[in-house]
Amino acid sequence: MSTMVLPTAADPAVSVLAAGLAQVPQMDYRAVLPVLVVLGAACVGVLFEAFLPRPRRWLWQVALTVAALLAAGVALYAYLGDAPAQGVKTFAGTLSIDRPALFLWGTLLVLGLGAVLLIADRSVEPGGYFVAQAAIRPGTQQDRAQAAGANMHTEVFPLALFALGGMMVFCAANDLLTMFVALEVLSLPLYLLCGLARRRRLLSQESAVKYFLLGAFASAFFLYGLALLYGYAGSVKLADIAAAAGGTNRSDTLLFAGLGLLAVGLLFKGSVGPFHTWTPDVYQGAPTPVTAFMAACTKVAAFGGLLRVLTVAFKATSWEWRGVLWAVAIISMVIGAVLGLTQRDVKRMIAYSSVAHAGFLLIGAIALTEQGLSGTMFYLLAYGFTTLAAFAVVGLVRTGEGEATHLSQWAGLAKRSPLLAGVFTFLLLSLAGIPLTSGFVGKFVVFSAALADGMAPLVVIALVMSAVAAFFYLRVIVLMYFSEPAADGPTVTVPGVFTAAAITLGVLVTLLLGVWPAFALDWAGSGGFAL
Amino acid sequence: MLSSAATASVPAATGIAGYAWVLLALPSLGALVLLVGGRRTDAWGHLLGCATVIAAFCYGLALFLSTTGLPPESRVQDLHLYSWLPVNALQVDFGLRIDPLSLTFVLLITGVGALIHVYSIGYMDTDRDRRRFFGYLNLFVASMLLLVLGNGFVTLYLGWEGVGLASYLLIGWYQNRPSAATAAKKAFLMNRVGDVGLALAIFLMFRYLGTTQYTEVFARAGELPSGALLAITLLLLLGACGKSGQFPLQAWLPDAMEGPTPVSALIHAATMVTAGVYLIARANPIYNLSADGRLLVMVIGVVTLMIGCIIGCAYDDIKKVLAYSTVSQIGYMILAVGLGPFGYALGIMHLLTHGFFKAGLFLGAGSVMHGMHDEVDMRRMGGLARYMPITTATFGLAYLAIIGFPGLSGYWSKDAIVEAAFGQPGWHGWVFGGLALVGVGLTAFYMTRLFLLTFFGEKRWENLTTEDGRAYHPHESGPVMTVPMIILAVGSVAAGAFFAVGERLARWLAPSLGTLEVSEQGPLNAAGVSVLSIVFMVVGVALAWLLVGRRPVPVVRPARVSAVVTAARKDLYANAINEALVARPGVWLARALVYVDNKGVDGMVNGTAALLGGSSGRMRRLQTGFVRSYALSMLGGSILVIAALLAVRYG
Repeated sequence: MSTMVLPTAADPAVSVLAAGLAQVPQMDYRAVLPVLVVLGAACVGVLFEAFLPRPRRWLWQVALTVAALLAAGVALYAYLGDAPAQGVKTFAGTLSIDRPALFLWGTLLVLGLGAVLLIADRSVEPGGYFVAQAAIRPGTQQDRAQAAGANMHTEVFPLALFALGGMMVFCAANDLLTMFVALEVLSLPLYLLCGLARRRRLLSQESAVKYFLLGAFASAFFLYGLALLYGYAGSVKLADIAAAAGGTNRSDTLLFAGLGLLAVGLLFKGSVGPFHTWTPDVYQGAPTPVTAFMAACTKVAAFGGLLRVLTVAFKATSWEWRGVLWAVAIISMVIGAVLGLTQRDVKRMIAYSSVAHAGFLLIGAIALTEQGLSGTMFYLLAYGFTTLAAFAVVGLVRTGEGEATHLSQWAGLAKRSPLLAGVFTFLLLSLAGIPLTSGFVGKFVVFSAALADGMAPLVVIALVMSAVAAFFYLRVIVLMYFSEPAADGPTVTVPGVFTAAAITLGVLVTLLLGVWPAFALDWAGSGGFAL
Repeated sequence: MLSSAATASVPAATGIAGYAWVLLALPSLGALVLLVGGRRTDAWGHLLGCATVIAAFCYGLALFLSTTGLPPESRVQDLHLYSWLPVNALQVDFGLRIDPLSLTFVLLITGVGALIHVYSIGYMDTDRDRRRFFGYLNLFVASMLLLVLGNGFVTLYLGWEGVGLASYLLIGWYQNRPSAATAAKKAFLMNRVGDVGLALAIFLMFRYLGTTQYTEVFARAGELPSGALLAITLLLLLGACGKSGQFPLQAWLPDAMEGPTPVSALIHAATMVTAGVYLIARANPIYNLSADGRLLVMVIGVVTLMIGCIIGCAYDDIKKVLAYSTVSQIGYMILAVGLGPFGYALGIMHLLTHGFFKAGLFLGAGSVMHGMHDEVDMRRMGGLARYMPITTATFGLAYLAIIGFPGLSGYWSKDAIVEAAFGQPGWHGWVFGGLALVGVGLTAFYMTRLFLLTFFGEKRWENLTTEDGRAYHPHESGPVMTVPMIILAVGSVAAGAFFAVGERLARWLAPSLGTLEVSEQGPLNAAGVSVLSIVFMVVGVALAWLLVGRRPVPVVRPARVSAVVTAARKDLYANAINEALVARPGVWLARALVYVDNKGVDGMVNGTAALLGGSSGRMRRLQTGFVRSYALSMLGGSILVIAALLAVRYG
């Protein structure tokens, strides 16, 4: 992190360095403790892989990961009471730990815990969702042997922690370079995780490669945008960019081209259309717990970063870019809602649903008001839990060859397992935005924030598109309840403790945030970004 | 007068009204126990289901009696439960509004609901899933109570979606019938179109007034710019059309008869489908300000009432006829509330009397079906009066009530609406009054036809068997089914006079709806209209008698009929007309999406639907699976984004 110091004349740290004093910048360790705990535990996890015998790794890794997430949560909670309302800037101003950052950290930690529970499960799929030895070629004799075995790559736990740590830094990054490093820290483990499915390994590996190539492509956009903005403002700090845009006669071409490229990189991570193309393929191919992790946590991180960049650095120029992001939001909603209609695979369908939701989220993100900020963050929290639980349920419907994700296999599922069908129906209703679920409250607060900010046409389109999207959720409900089950249909696995805990968590939060959202809304609305 | 319901401050509920949350808690608890409890509750589930609704009725009655004791100005009370959505400028309370209007609905919902719950014990006794059925019914009652008791538009929307969901689950009850699944889906989609309208109206209120609570919205409705005011009235109307089966969203309601008959009686005749009328009556301070909005409400009402009457004449399916009759009667109610201060109370009065006689008619039809192996084709019935005396008597009283026989319920309420419609100045009076009058005649015609075909004439079923080869053995239903029918028949006879004499109901509702005004500007006076409507009714009955009473009725319906009958049999080409209205994006999308899903439900195949379905397919082809094409699309998107940004800056 020492590379963060860049030569800006205004920066006191620079002048200190220039004076030749080897003084460490002021660090508020207490504020960043949650991140340190998560990243530290990830490092310890790597050591576990190196020194523990294989049979004992799973238990130690699960204990370490869960303990780390809980400890980070406790650290966050303990800090929350004393945190100054206007936020803290630390690590030479590269991290800004303000109210939104704390909220997003909390969200990421809880959602991460849910995802880790899914990753740890070994009862639904004997041995776990993950491959025992990724180096074995798919389709060979050894591959069939590993698929039946009871081992898994326990490296997934430190990888997930690294990704989570990256996401947390991403949400709090106060300059673009830190943001870029965090982006890579969160992305690289995800690329790997995608390729580690125990079954259908070719599909899984294909998704990993696709995600990696396209992710690298998007990172290049981000980096190029960063370079242009540095050229424009002479600094990568968000506040400096805002100051430069405020009143100078520099080249606006640099500013807007840089903003565009930067936005593309962020929108890609948030799977906002038309930069969503990786989403369906990767969601389908990745191991289901990883899909759940990406759908819930990556979305939070991406929109957290987007909110900060737009609010802190580009608020002054919002008149110029707002129309463009309007169009992007509309495209995303339309793509998600219309293409979701023709999907025949449950995971792809939820992927398109996530594209549509990204459009709804973007509406809140471009409102740039306090209400828009708190609404979008609440939406992220609500959507994360619902989609996490939905993917967990998808993982339970299986045939002998693994998950039964084709929709035709879900016909008549309510007759086999009324409980599972009921839970999934509830989650789909939440995704559709029916009242008394968190999905309704999320849409309500985001749309009313947009309306209050004068985006009525966008809200009308969003309402129509959410009505369209409701149709494909409904189709699954109809299929589960009103169709005859196929003779050789899938079985519903009884979930183990971990998966059951994750699903219960997701469903309860979805209900709680629908009925009693006040506490979460209060927290989300407790303060804005530190400028 | 205009702001009588718009008092800025509403007293908090005290005393017995402070426990009004019990009304919601009881049926919710019932639904929860029955749906979560599973098979363990099979033995006593139906009893619990009835008990919660009856208890809610008793509480509602006590609340009603305590409120009648209050002076009129303190009959409107608010019960704050908790703060649901508190974010900065947006404050949505979860609270209840206890006033004459909501209490009236509470009594209707729990009263008729309790009778239908009891009736369902008998009607559903052979169904393995009877417990789940009662769970859904309880869920419906809870949602409906929330809809009418909520003290803001968002709370109303919550109940609104809840009743839609319960209705959807119950229409699709018979899971082995594909037609039931189709009907459920159609209902859900058409309701969604209406829901989008309602949601937009709520967002508009928030946009312009910063609140969605009744007290504040109504107190400040005058601040709305005229364009927004008109938009809100129209969007609320769209919501009402979806839920109440009004033109152009009426097509789902007759299909909804695929559900069990008690559901048709409770949800699709007496309570849920009147939610649209409630919505407009509740929003009366808004509608009072917009004459154009009211005019459109009247047009929709009168168009729907004519459509319902005409199609009702042509069907042979007893439940379908009753369904179209519901469409048409709700048309009368919508017409009434469209009359503004001249009609709000009349619409509610017709809603209540209709609740009695239509529920009675449906339960009677259910009793006939119960005794006839679920037969619904009236051409295969006839002469049932001898075998089902109680059903015939109660059905007969409800029939007399709906056609407006003098002295019975329907006479008081429908006649008042026709009179008020004639009271409109100028051509409005002639058009709306005249069509309402024609509707009276048509109602008399198709209801008489239905009554004669079912209960009188020769026993056409004697030489017929059911589709699976069983002979018909019509018999009277047991007391658990007949007692609710008898109670409803008493209501069909007496309720109208009870409400109308001395304007008892209108005065009771005045704190919510304003004083009922009587117009003297119309082209005809009250006595003249009254005489005319009796004449039209007699003509209708006589025509029906000439057509089906005197002549033998063929068992198979004749194919060679006049163009009018053909049109009516095809629902007046409602589906075709809807296609012509594709400009309404909501309808367009709903239909197109149905097509995408199912290659055209109900033969609603049309070019526009194919366009969207095709475009989804074509767009899907863009998702090739090749990284290079994905990268290209990202590049293209990026170039567009940057070009657009620069164009905005330098353009």
